[in-house]
Amino acid sequence: MNQRLPSQTQETLTTVGQSHPHESAHLHVTGRATYVDDVAELTGTLHAAVGFSTCPHGHIRAIDLTAVRAAPGVRAVIVAADIPGHNNCGSILHDEPILADDLVQFHGQPIFAVAADSHDAARRAVRLAKIEYDALPAILDIESAIAAESWVMPPADMARGDAAAALGSAPHRLTGQAEVGGQDHFYLEGQISYAQPREDDTIHLWCSTQHPTEMQHMVAHALDMRSHQVSVECRRMGGGFGGKESQSAQWACIAAVLARHTGQPVKLRLDRDDDMVATGKRHPFHYQWEVGFDDVGRLLGLQLQLASDCGFSADLSGPVNDRALCHVDNAYYLDAVAIRSLRCKTHKVSNTAFRGFGGPQGMFAIETIIDDVARYLGRDPLDVRQINFYDPSEGGPLEDGGRNTTHYGMPVEDNIAPALVAELASTCDYIARRADIAAFNANSPVIKRGLALTPVKFGISFNATQYNQAGALVHVYTDGTVLVSHGGTEMGQGLYTKVKQVVAEVFGLPLADIRLTATDTSRVSNTSATAASSGADLNGKAAQAAALAVRERLAAFVAEIAGVAATDVVFADGHVRAPGYDSSFGDLAFSAYKARIQLWSDGYYRTPKIHWDLATRTGRPFFYFAYGAAATEVAIDTLTGELKVLRVDVLHDVGRSLNPAIDIGQVEGGFIQGMGWLTSEELWWQAEGPKSGALATHAPSTYKIPAVADVPPVFNVRLYDGANVEDSIHRSKAVGEPPLMLALSVFFAVRDAVAAAIGPGSRPDLRAPATPEAILRACTKSAARDVLPSPTSGRGAGGEGSSVEAGKHPHPNPLPQAGEGTQGPAS
Amino acid sequence: MTARPIQFYFRGRVQQVDAVAPTRTVLQYLREDLHQTGSKEGCAEGDCGACTVVIGELTDDGFTLRAVNACIQFLPTLDGKALFTVEDLADGNTLHPVQQAMVDCHGSQCGFCTPGFVMSMWAMYEDRPTCPARDEVADVLSGNLCRCTGYRPILDAAKAAYTAPRIALDRLPVIAALRELAALSALEYHHENTRFFAPRSIDELAALRLAHPQATILAGSTDIGLWVTKQLRTLGDVIYLGAVDELRQVEHADGYLEIGAAVSLSDAFDALIAAEPAWQEIVRRFASLPIRNAGTLGGNVANGSPIGDSMPALIALGSRVVLRRGERVRDMPLEDFYLGYQKNALEAGEFVAALRVPDAVNGRLFRSYKISKRFDQDISAVCAAFAVTLDAANKVVDARIAYGGMAATPKRATACEAALRGQPWNEAGIAAAMAAIPTDFSPLTDMRASREYRLQVAASLLQRFWLETSAQSVPCRLDDLVAAGGAA
Repeated sequence: MNQRLPSQTQETLTTVGQSHPHESAHLHVTGRATYVDDVAELTGTLHAAVGFSTCPHGHIRAIDLTAVRAAPGVRAVIVAADIPGHNNCGSILHDEPILADDLVQFHGQPIFAVAADSHDAARRAVRLAKIEYDALPAILDIESAIAAESWVMPPADMARGDAAAALGSAPHRLTGQAEVGGQDHFYLEGQISYAQPREDDTIHLWCSTQHPTEMQHMVAHALDMRSHQVSVECRRMGGGFGGKESQSAQWACIAAVLARHTGQPVKLRLDRDDDMVATGKRHPFHYQWEVGFDDVGRLLGLQLQLASDCGFSADLSGPVNDRALCHVDNAYYLDAVAIRSLRCKTHKVSNTAFRGFGGPQGMFAIETIIDDVARYLGRDPLDVRQINFYDPSEGGPLEDGGRNTTHYGMPVEDNIAPALVAELASTCDYIARRADIAAFNANSPVIKRGLALTPVKFGISFNATQYNQAGALVHVYTDGTVLVSHGGTEMGQGLYTKVKQVVAEVFGLPLADIRLTATDTSRVSNTSATAASSGADLNGKAAQAAALAVRERLAAFVAEIAGVAATDVVFADGHVRAPGYDSSFGDLAFSAYKARIQLWSDGYYRTPKIHWDLATRTGRPFFYFAYGAAATEVAIDTLTGELKVLRVDVLHDVGRSLNPAIDIGQVEGGFIQGMGWLTSEELWWQAEGPKSGALATHAPSTYKIPAVADVPPVFNVRLYDGANVEDSIHRSKAVGEPPLMLALSVFFAVRDAVAAAIGPGSRPDLRAPATPEAILRACTKSAARDVLPSPTSGRGAGGEGSSVEAGKHPHPNPLPQAGEGTQGPAS
Repeated sequence: MTARPIQFYFRGRVQQVDAVAPTRTVLQYLREDLHQTGSKEGCAEGDCGACTVVIGELTDDGFTLRAVNACIQFLPTLDGKALFTVEDLADGNTLHPVQQAMVDCHGSQCGFCTPGFVMSMWAMYEDRPTCPARDEVADVLSGNLCRCTGYRPILDAAKAAYTAPRIALDRLPVIAALRELAALSALEYHHENTRFFAPRSIDELAALRLAHPQATILAGSTDIGLWVTKQLRTLGDVIYLGAVDELRQVEHADGYLEIGAAVSLSDAFDALIAAEPAWQEIVRRFASLPIRNAGTLGGNVANGSPIGDSMPALIALGSRVVLRRGERVRDMPLEDFYLGYQKNALEAGEFVAALRVPDAVNGRLFRSYKISKRFDQDISAVCAAFAVTLDAANKVVDARIAYGGMAATPKRATACEAALRGQPWNEAGIAAAMAAIPTDFSPLTDMRASREYRLQVAASLLQRFWLETSAQSVPCRLDDLVAAGGAA
């Protein structure tokens, strides 16, 4: 099954597969692209602002909004009691109020909202509130949550085999821990909703959201309406990255409630600082593990605890943590494994979807473990990665599992990681550069270089099977132009461009003849979030199905009038041809209309093959895997901890690309965003004092996403040559999320450089993000960490002069076994 | 001075504005009042660049176009200038070469940051007839954040814009309009009960300042802009320095460079780098180009933030600050200007008029370093500057060392200096000076760095300074490294 399909099919594609510019590029560069805040304002529009909690956990003792109501320009003030329907915007569990009523659970939680004549007046008014709290103890970090057994959802386990037994008999064992920080989405366009009350108790919202249907449902619930009274529209977002999946609901609901309350249109646009304080982020994770392995580093048994900071509510934390569990393997076969997932409740903003959706945090764990194993054995980490890859050639046929089935029971049918990694290692000259770097480091006491090559294997599909469906509408007008609607949203990823290409390909039309409408719940209903990288896979197939339905009717019509077989009718170059027949597409459309042929169609798609049992956490949750690998070289300054990324080589699998330029844009952009997560983007909360629990890094002045100088001076990005083995849209693969995890190579290159600074055999204690301070601390810290006594090998580290000694420390933290109770380990 | 409307060149004609608050930002005016929504608000604090517009101004030697952040510029500061936004570039549906290059190179994804990038690029395109090197392009774009692309295609687009037939702005009608505006009286703008004064001479300014000691002095608004957009403060009367001719001069006097308080950071740094190339390092990392175009060296100094990045170097070089009150002019060493956190030696009615930066002297070694989480546009965890003068025997004759981020004000490391003075310039001497850092400073822990890190790095930077200036062959800088095996 390790097959590589040819990169061209028999069918000749003219539009799909080409690097067309983004369909809105000409609008982006001229400022003519309309975002929600650019929609021409309706007469009577009011502007909203939100009043936030300044207490991380407590009861509201007194709330005095007199001054707010009296402030210039204020037209309405609402609190929880003013919400006519259900005061909830929690997407899965109903544990997240739109406006806090009595209990506040994080510093920055919305308590009231104002509608005023201007944005400025509204913002000034909310600051006049006087709110007093009876403070309760606040849990502000993962360790405290574990100690208090504070969860948003019960702990969950995923296991295969007998991990404890495998550990007991392994020649070598290591324990370790690590932590990785969260990440703010920092979409350039902040959260915004604009609600317009319409006739007969209906309401329309323009909303910057990845999930119009969920906004429709949330607003309906909040207003005590039914779904057909609410419509939600989104033409484009100024970035989403997961941050506008569930997180847009609160602002949509507040705008809608204020609009309902005043009878006037209300726009709610969050100021950047408010957005960063009050919206969820990527989950920080803490890890503890014990791993057993053989002399070459092949993993034999693993016990791993993943503890995530979910914030105060569940939001999407269940699925995020499940995806983390499903990506703990990355590209590696884990034979006997027991994983415990703790979903910690803290009194902080509720963490949410972010590009990768737990996958990056799952992979971070296994990459750290493999890196540690390699350093302990004195082997090149790439060697240890490669010998742990899934491998159908060993351990028996697929049906027996072999080394080819994931720990959740899904066979890896398309295992291109070994070939892809080998190709990249060769093209990036890994071995020779490894030697050069060692030579450099030997003579450079201050600057140390590091190199790492890490793979990515990322499962494509929503774990929850029901979300893997999509609908589309294709309208052919009588002049031959085409209007396409679908349920996916455009956040810059190029979804509309790809769908446009797919439809143009069906009809043989130039792209100029195809137009996409804004995504609107009143055009295509019951849509899934544009998330899980699935946008083009789902909506491309749905739009293709709709277009094919119209094309088949047109072909049948031509067949009839030209006296040919429908299969002989060809749609190309804006013409429709058959033996003895040639018409422009427009003329044909008009003729077909007169002959009463239906020129529009819906299209529907559901992903085949997938299933998932949430109770056992087994099944085939993913239609296929997307792969990639990156090799990164860095240098660090051991005086200051500063970092420079010197060179990056990427080889990434998008199957047969729908649009190589857009796909490379996703790969590069995802890489840089992942690099930010792991290097410069540090979220810092006040731990004590009167602002305890407040986010201090709430603006771009203090929260540092990568800027232009952070682009690696050498940045070679290539797409892997091969098609999807599954019948995806034109055999392409999803590309939104997987490239983010290529940036793990940056972190492990830094770890490699730190290891060079502190000596061979050492296991650097480097936390992520690897800020200058984190790097300097890792360079300064003692390298020795716990190594377990081994039943078959008394030797310590494989590296000469290692500071690691076998058997020196007892195991400090027995890890939970699969199926064990919910206690957290002591820390 | 008599009150009149704000007047500036916009969309091919002179725009007159009254009836807006003097602290209305250019971006609010564009988006909310004119519904010109091409320029975007991403942060309202001058850090993301989505709002970038270009300001045209008459100068002594002609006309300049410079990118600034519209979100923190107050509308009255446009008086007498020309404003260009992303809507100005295309000719109907024919894109400007920088726009076309962004399309062709796939430089936009979500598109929200794109207008800002286009305007930064356009200012460069107008200013530089040929494409600058990649590092310089990166500097031009240092104030524009993009969360989607990873920047590579945008860097490519900057280069590609130069390959198309050149389309330059027709400057003559703009210059003609600005000359007419220059003939107007100095701006005094009234709105409700606040006033905005933009005097043209230093004597007028001195008189106004005495008459209005409570007024807010405004220069580049790169900090004061945030008082309004973030803290929602009301400024009251404002006295703007940007139109005062004498304050916009850089002059070389006997033994020092005198930089007027309204000289932009960009112009001030050009002059300082010409005098002392080691300024280059801190300049490249000082905020972003749009902030350096708007902000002033005088403002950085007068503001007195403990993390202002010009002051450690200015103090290490022995600079003096010139203060004026009415007719009285006095100067003092810059370090004496700072009395405590956000407290300085200015008296009521007094203002910072200029800085005097001594010329380089033989045997003086000088460096200034900045440590932050990000290379571009970040605030220092620690900023350090070292000026050490050696004699022929390699002994330290004089040492002036100053740090930012280590105390409530920019501050000299006097114990560290004392440890060096009179000692040989060698490893032992440096070690002793490094050990003195905790005597000099007791820094805080905050979101930028911990106390421990700041202390460690403050010492490490002294070590780096020594390694770099003592003919050691130890590589100690990341800047010039290339990847192993040569770039591929």
